[in-house]
Amino acid sequence: MSGKLFVKGNEAVAMAAIEAGVRCYFGYPITPQSDIPEYLSRELPKTGGTFIQAESEIGAINMVLGASAAGVRAMTSSSGPGISLKQEGISYMAGSELPGVIVDIMRQGPGLGGIDASQADYFQATRGGGHGGYRIIVLAPGSVQEMYDLTMLAFDLSDLYRIPAMVLADSVIGQMKESITPNPRPACALPPKDWAVRGWADGTGQNVVKSLKLGDGEMEKFHWEMHARYQLIEDKESRWEEYQTDDARLLVTAFGSTARISRTAVEMAREAGMQVGLLRPITLLPFPKKAYADLSRRCKLFLDIELSTGQMIDDVRLSVARDAEVAFYGRPPGAGSLPTPEEIFAQIRKVYP
Amino acid sequence: MKQVFGRSPSLKDVQTHFCPGCHHGAIHRLVAEALDEFAIRDKTIGCASVGCSVFLYGYFNIDVVESPHGRAPAVATGVKRALPGNIVFTYQGDGDLAAIGTSEIIHAANRGEDITVIFVNNTTYGMTGGQMAPTTLPGQKTSTSPYGRDINNDGAPFKMAELLSNLDGVAFSARVAVNSPKNVLAAKKLIKTAFRYQVEGRGFSFIEALAACPTNWGMQPLTANERIGSEMIPYYPLGVCKNTDNL
Repeated sequence: MSGKLFVKGNEAVAMAAIEAGVRCYFGYPITPQSDIPEYLSRELPKTGGTFIQAESEIGAINMVLGASAAGVRAMTSSSGPGISLKQEGISYMAGSELPGVIVDIMRQGPGLGGIDASQADYFQATRGGGHGGYRIIVLAPGSVQEMYDLTMLAFDLSDLYRIPAMVLADSVIGQMKESITPNPRPACALPPKDWAVRGWADGTGQNVVKSLKLGDGEMEKFHWEMHARYQLIEDKESRWEEYQTDDARLLVTAFGSTARISRTAVEMAREAGMQVGLLRPITLLPFPKKAYADLSRRCKLFLDIELSTGQMIDDVRLSVARDAEVAFYGRPPGAGSLPTPEEIFAQIRKVYP
Repeated sequence: MKQVFGRSPSLKDVQTHFCPGCHHGAIHRLVAEALDEFAIRDKTIGCASVGCSVFLYGYFNIDVVESPHGRAPAVATGVKRALPGNIVFTYQGDGDLAAIGTSEIIHAANRGEDITVIFVNNTTYGMTGGQMAPTTLPGQKTSTSPYGRDINNDGAPFKMAELLSNLDGVAFSARVAVNSPKNVLAAKKLIKTAFRYQVEGRGFSFIEALAACPTNWGMQPLTANERIGSEMIPYYPLGVCKNTDNL
């Protein structure tokens, strides 16, 4: 594939999955992500891959577990209520050290909520909706191009660290059409999946994929090993974008769709002669703590913008220097709650030192 | 001296954790013999469930993936779709398959997934200590049906082998027991048939194996074994519910 394409964010996810070599997709319809299963039901079989519309999101994530245990790249996608159902499987995958990609195109909640843009599933994604104390990788695209690029990255990071990876976007990014370059799958040295259950004919002896750990000290050891692996991921894989941060006296911080709106507001502030920058986390888990810590040594005021009453702000506060202040402007998700650049600019004016 | 009986090569030479008189061991053995006779052990993947059957990997010389409670048919679907040339089976108890996993088993069967399901029905939740199962018989006392299962309150026991037979995706379904030498021989034949269906790529095959759980039934092993014949088989008749050999 070459040249530019004009596609929806959800389609970009599906195209990237195929480019990344996904062999199995299992999903269940839910707005606003249904373009992903629709695209893959049409295109994945053409590449020899498997598409199954599962009986439920629970069925779908467990099919991902099985296919991933068998050593192939597998994924699922959903939104709020469906992601809640998948938490059981995500916990089992984390406990079994299985890779796998979960795409979450957030909608409003709690409960059935609604289909407009929301960022209120930040906690669910980054704190683990499932049981047992585990972490995953969470990537937050801010454009259709990033929907494409970060989906491929999710597969690589997931395979590299044997940990589930989530692409977390909202209906603005999922439903929006933009011009993208469908980049080829990047080269990434990946370890062999010699742990996969493929039968003994593959020469690896008995492989067992499981999360039950009953041996004396076995579970404690597992937790410390995963903790160390997660520290490594935090050190090596934290990603963020800085815009006009060099001389900033106020740093706006936001992810995904609100980061796009905030960027326009930052440009408005610059035109008004204000020294304002933008810090956009691309990985929400690992949260780019170091970027916040470093920038907060010279910029002492942050303005966190979210489509919620404030969730990421906890991580921002934990990451910045102790003498830095964090202001907040949030719009709880709902029809008509997407803030305008002017609205965010007004907030910048309000707190600007 | 000629050796006429030995450990099945598909089974490990280890002690099991199963209680005295439990039928899991005999059913494991029959599954292992089927894998041996078709020489498919090195390409077989077992999908363990949650319950006493979770330790499949400890007893079988095969690759095993553990599934969340009730989800083994979905996990097996993922494995088989990823590795269509391999043999994939689930091994599930009655709470796992017929309560929390009802959705997964019905839909895997309905899709005609080319897998084999070994369903062990002992009318109780064994590992958690003998609570009422979807297959607990009417009137049967358990730790959560202390006055006996009341079908007006709890519904009637599921007859899974018959229920699944109604689905077009199911190629083979049978109920067996291992409470007597005669029934063991019949069970061996039918379990082998179930795997033959998969070897031949003919679609979903299902075995319901009636089993004793002396510990949670509060019975001696011999009495528990007798209960299979006196109470279970009259409610859960043995034999083939569906085969598609002549289609």
